[in-house]
Amino acid sequence: MADKKVRYLKSIEIDTKAERYCRFRKKGFKYIDYKDPDFLLMLCNPQGKILPRRLTGTSLKYQRKASQAIKKARHLALMPYVADNLN
Amino acid sequence: MNRYETVFIMTPVLSADQVTETVEKYRAFIIANGGKTVHEDAWGLRKLAYPIQKKSTGFYHLIEWEAEGSAVLPFETEFRRDERILRFLTTAMEKHHIAYAESRRDKSNRKAEPKQEAEVVVEMPAKEASTPEEKA
Repeated sequence: MADKKVRYLKSIEIDTKAERYCRFRKKGFKYIDYKDPDFLLMLCNPQGKILPRRLTGTSLKYQRKASQAIKKARHLALMPYVADNLN
Repeated sequence: MNRYETVFIMTPVLSADQVTETVEKYRAFIIANGGKTVHEDAWGLRKLAYPIQKKSTGFYHLIEWEAEGSAVLPFETEFRRDERILRFLTTAMEKHHIAYAESRRDKSNRKAEPKQEAEVVVEMPAKEASTPEEKA
């Protein structure tokens, strides 16, 4: 398999000195709304896929909530399952 | 009693009367099952992110309601049988969700409030006679 790359949970510290933080924890979010597709788009790539927390820095607790919210939004056709150019 | 939030999408084919009639049906269903509606929000005609049943738009409606958990299943069965409904989603609301929904409602109320407050102030002098009695 050509796909057998090693994946790190944290980005490797080469040229990346920027502090990683969880945006939900920092801003004191308690609940992530599935009815707000514009906000949830920030956690998706241009194809509408959910970004991994290794890229966004979200903590596990909130990544779980965010992914559930995105999936609910998709069910209600507020967000696409597949897209071409989102962001 | 638990609190639930249901969002459903109706076909864009319906007229405005049919939309209110459909919503009324579900409102009545909740009350008939011993529950009550807490809040309602009609989002109106919205574009869907992807076509459902070959429709690209739909009337969105949100109902926040309270009832026993046993009412959820018949409520959803009602949606499944209804041809006018494209999609629905019922969510059980936990405490953070309720707090979020209420704070959001307060915000939208506050925008409309200043006019209401002005009216209340005008009414106050006439009601002064009755208020001391209420306090006592």
